[in-house]
Amino acid sequence: MSEPRPFWNPLVAGVALGLVLLASFLVTGHGLGASGLFTRLTAGLAALVAPLEAAANSYLGGLVKAGALGGWITWEVLGLVLGALAGSLFGRRFRIGIERGSGVAPGNRLAWAFAGGALVGFGSRLARGCTSGLGLSGGATLAVAAFVFLIAFFAAGFATMALVRRSWQ
Amino acid sequence: MTLPLGDSGAVLALILGFFFGLVLEGAGFGSPRKLVAQFTLRDFAVFKVMMTAVVVAATGLWLLEAIGLIGSGALYVPTLFFWSIAGGGVLIGAGFAMGGYCPGTSAAGLASGRIDALAFIVGMLAGIGVFALLFDGLRPFYNAAQGAPRQTLDQLLGLPVPVILIVLAAAAVGGFLLARRLEGRFGGPLTSAQVLADGGPSRGAKLSAQPRS
Repeated sequence: MSEPRPFWNPLVAGVALGLVLLASFLVTGHGLGASGLFTRLTAGLAALVAPLEAAANSYLGGLVKAGALGGWITWEVLGLVLGALAGSLFGRRFRIGIERGSGVAPGNRLAWAFAGGALVGFGSRLARGCTSGLGLSGGATLAVAAFVFLIAFFAAGFATMALVRRSWQ
Repeated sequence: MTLPLGDSGAVLALILGFFFGLVLEGAGFGSPRKLVAQFTLRDFAVFKVMMTAVVVAATGLWLLEAIGLIGSGALYVPTLFFWSIAGGGVLIGAGFAMGGYCPGTSAAGLASGRIDALAFIVGMLAGIGVFALLFDGLRPFYNAAQGAPRQTLDQLLGLPVPVILIVLAAAAVGGFLLARRLEGRFGGPLTSAQVLADGGPSRGAKLSAQPRS
């Protein structure tokens, strides 16, 4: 297999991300996001599995009635997936597999990924946004909420990593 | 012309998302080991990219407002609800260290072939479902300690926006300098060859320390 192209310099990637974020504000009036799509996916799945309960749910019901996937964020995240796919193919970095530490069994890595995902999903609804929609986009508007979020995010990341480090080695 | 355009159509959403995904993957943020290496101090790419992006976008928005291209109050600014936003931040930070992604980077990880990103996404859907089921009971906590609506740092601190921007830029520069001192000590930033070594992520490649040049 051919050698992967290197990742971008973080300063270059940061400036590029800032410009994309700025463009998003100029076009839409808001920034970029991601977790909103997963909320809509949950609403859509709930509507398939248990339509009555989903429509009656106090959190997801509104999305279920409005059509779960009919929002701006659906197209934006579809674009994100296509952009990341194009970048990984062009950069020869596309690989199908389970990324994990050498001492971690694939099943264990998937279990950690699921558990971490569950915390992130729950947390993104509690915080009303994620690293993109609240941290990055809110940060660009200098919102106090974004910096409270980012401080909590980084503090918990360091603290948790001290406990779960072996799951990556 | 006044900005923002207020366009919420599919075409521009796809284009903006495309470049968002291109940058995330290009920065290495499809790789969970690259992402979590931030929290072992080995690789500051997460901090560097986020802080740089915030400074660039915030400076651009301030300039465009100052010359009158963006009407004041035209942009979406989130409102603080202290406990739920701090609590959500803690859960996302913890879940990121355990699972290796956040929502946007999990989509980038899946798009670059990672099956563990799919497991993370299924976990997110489960977590959101649990939140929805518990929402009525969580509501008091969810709405507690509301801050001033749409409050920004300059309003909170009573400082002009350029001062805030300079402080944030200084924090970003500080992060870059700190990274230069620390990253090498813990093995150095992860390269694309390292996270994809030995035929791909599925082989569980060992992340050898990179010789310092």
